[in-house]
Amino acid sequence: MTARTLLDKIWDDHVVKREPGRPDLLYIDLHLLHEVTSPQAFDGLRRANRHVRRPQLTFATMDHNVPTEPEKRFRKIEEIEDEVSRRQLATLAENCREFGITLFDQHHELNGVVHIIGPELGLTQPGKTIVCGDSHTATHGALGALAFGIGTSEVEHVLATQCLWQAKPKTMQIRVSGRLPAGVSAKDLILAIIGRIGTGGATGFAVEYTGEAIEDLSIEGRLTVCNMTIEAGARVGLVAPDEKTIAYLKGRLYAPKGADFERAAEKWLALGTDPGARYDRTVEFEAGELAPQVTWGTNPGMVVPVTGRVPDPDKMPTQVEKEAARRALEYMGLVPGTPITDIPVDCVFIGSCTNGRIEDLREAARVVRGRKVKEGVRALVVPGSQAVKRQAEAEGLDRVFKEAGFSWRESGCSMCLAMNADVLAPGERAASTSNRNFEGRQGRLSRTHLVGPAMAAAAAVAGHFVDVRTWLS
Amino acid sequence: MDKFIKLTGIVAPLDRADVDTDQIIPKQFLKRVERTGFGQFLFWDWRYLAGGEPNPEFVLNQPPYKGATILLARKNFGCGSSREHAPWALLDYGFRVIIAPSFADIFYNNCFQNGILPISLEESAVDALFAKAAPGGYKLTVDLENCRLEDASGLNLSFTIDPNRREMLMSGLDEIGMTLRFEPEISRWEAARGVV
Repeated sequence: MTARTLLDKIWDDHVVKREPGRPDLLYIDLHLLHEVTSPQAFDGLRRANRHVRRPQLTFATMDHNVPTEPEKRFRKIEEIEDEVSRRQLATLAENCREFGITLFDQHHELNGVVHIIGPELGLTQPGKTIVCGDSHTATHGALGALAFGIGTSEVEHVLATQCLWQAKPKTMQIRVSGRLPAGVSAKDLILAIIGRIGTGGATGFAVEYTGEAIEDLSIEGRLTVCNMTIEAGARVGLVAPDEKTIAYLKGRLYAPKGADFERAAEKWLALGTDPGARYDRTVEFEAGELAPQVTWGTNPGMVVPVTGRVPDPDKMPTQVEKEAARRALEYMGLVPGTPITDIPVDCVFIGSCTNGRIEDLREAARVVRGRKVKEGVRALVVPGSQAVKRQAEAEGLDRVFKEAGFSWRESGCSMCLAMNADVLAPGERAASTSNRNFEGRQGRLSRTHLVGPAMAAAAAVAGHFVDVRTWLS
Repeated sequence: MDKFIKLTGIVAPLDRADVDTDQIIPKQFLKRVERTGFGQFLFWDWRYLAGGEPNPEFVLNQPPYKGATILLARKNFGCGSSREHAPWALLDYGFRVIIAPSFADIFYNNCFQNGILPISLEESAVDALFAKAAPGGYKLTVDLENCRLEDASGLNLSFTIDPNRREMLMSGLDEIGMTLRFEPEISRWEAARGVV
C-alpha cells in the first residue's frame, strides 16, 4: 500500500461518493453551530421542508454575542439589552429545540467558545471530519481531526445531508525543528509562520505541522497553532495524534470510555503520516531563534519580533505591499522606525479561541502575579469556556488578575470581534491575544496588536509592549 | 439561486490587497437572521464617514462606478472570517462578478453558493484591467459559457474555472437537492460505520 499522509487517511475514510472529475462527497462526523452563521441555514431547511439528518452529530453553543459581564450573563435571553443580539440568540435556541439539537446555551455549565468546548468536551477526536460555520474551525486539527470552516449554505447542506462536496486540498508540511525558547509561546510561533509565508501563503493547502517543536507543544499549544492556520489562508491545520493527544482525551465527556477508548486510541495513533509519504510542499522553520511577536499592521502577516521596529513601507518589495503597509500604518497611527517596545496600549484583551484556554491564563497570570495594571489601561480576561473559568478560579488565577486590576469575565468571544458589549473606542489601541487585527475588528477605528498571553499581560502592567523574556529570567 | 450565463456590466476598481470579510461586512451587521438586505452595509467603514455621510473618496461612492456589477480587486480577496454575509452583501449590492489575482478559499466557495462568479487572473491581466477601469464607466462582458472576458476595445481573455462549479452557476441548481440523490450511498456509509 502506498504511503499516505494524515490528511489522506482521514479523507479516504470519509468518501461517500467519488466520481472522476468531480469533488468528493465527504461524510461529516461532527457539526458545530453557533448563533451567527446558522440562522439562515435553518431557515433554508424550513423553507424546503427538510429536516436535520443527524441531530446527534450536531452540537450548538452561544458564544459570539453573549454578554461577559457576570451581572448580565445570567439574565434570561429576553433581557439581553441589544435587540439584534437577543434575536440571534433566541433564534438559535428555537432552532435547536425545533430540530432536536443539543445546545449549550449561555447559562449552561458546558457553555463556551465553540472551538474551546469541542476539544474540552472530547467531541473533537482524531480522525473525525469536523465542520463549523466559522473559519477558526481549523483549531480542532490539533487533535488530528480534519476540521475546516464553511459558509452558511454549506451549514445548511451538512444539516440536511451530513455530507459536503469537497475537492481535496493540496498538502503543505510546516516542519518546525528545534525548541521554542523560554518566554516564547505557541502564539509567537504561529504569528512568525504567518509573517513568513504571508496571509495567502497556504491558500488551497491543508497544513500539517510536524517537527520537534510541534511534538514538544502541549495539546493546548497545538490548538493555538492550528487555530490561526486560516490566517495564512489554509482552511485546515493538522497535527498527528500522539500520546499527548490520547492523554488529553482520556476521561473527557464525549470521548469513548473503557475498552472502547483503548481501541480508539490504537486507531488514532495509526493516523500519523506514513514514512515516505509525500507532501505537495514543505516549509522549514527553526524554533530556537524565535522571539515574542507583535503585529504592527492590519493583517496577521504584518508582524515583527518585539525586539524590532515598525517597518518602513518604502522598503517593502512590491508596489502592492508598499501601498498596503502605508495604509496599515496610517490606520494604526504608527511611524516607521518606532521601536515596538515604545508603543503604548490603552486596552488589553486576554481570551478568544486562540488563547482562551487554561494554560494561556496560567501563562498570563504568571506575569501578572504581584504586579498592577498600569493606570489608565483597561484590561480584561475572558476565559474561553465556563469550564476554563471554573478551573482558573480553582487555581486562584481569578484573584491574581483581579488584584492586579483586570476585569474577570464570563466566557465568550467578546472583544476578539466585539459583537457583544466588549468594544474598543475609535483610535483605542489594544494588545490582544485574539487572531485578527483587521481594520475595525475590535470596534470602528480600533487598533489591534496581536500577541501571546504573557506579552499581553506584560503590556497591561507596563502600559506599553515589553519583551516579556526580560521579566521571566 | 439566479443562473449565471453571460453578463455585461460596469467595473468598479477597488485597489486594495487582502480585503478581508470584516471590511466587506463589519460584524455589527451580522446579527440579522435573514440572507437579504445586507447590501446597504457593504464595505460600511470604507463607504461611510464617522458621521454617517458617504465617503467621497471611496470608489463605490464615485458616480462613474455607479451601478457596477463587476468588482475588481487585488490579491487574497475575501480573507478572514467564513461569514457568508460577505457574498450576500456583495450580491445584494449588485455585484455578480469579482475579479482578483487570488481569493481566500472559504469566500471563494461561498460565492458559488450564491450565484456570484469569482474569477482569478494573472497579476498582469488584473493590472491591465485596473488601468482600463480607472477612468470609470468601463464595461466588461463576462461569458461563463465560453469562459471569456471581452470589452469594446478588443480585449479577449480566457479564464479557468472548475467545470462543476461552472455547471452549478449556469444551471442555478440547488446543491442539497443534488446531494440527496445520493441518499442510498450516504445511508450505506452510515450503516457500515454504525451511525444511527
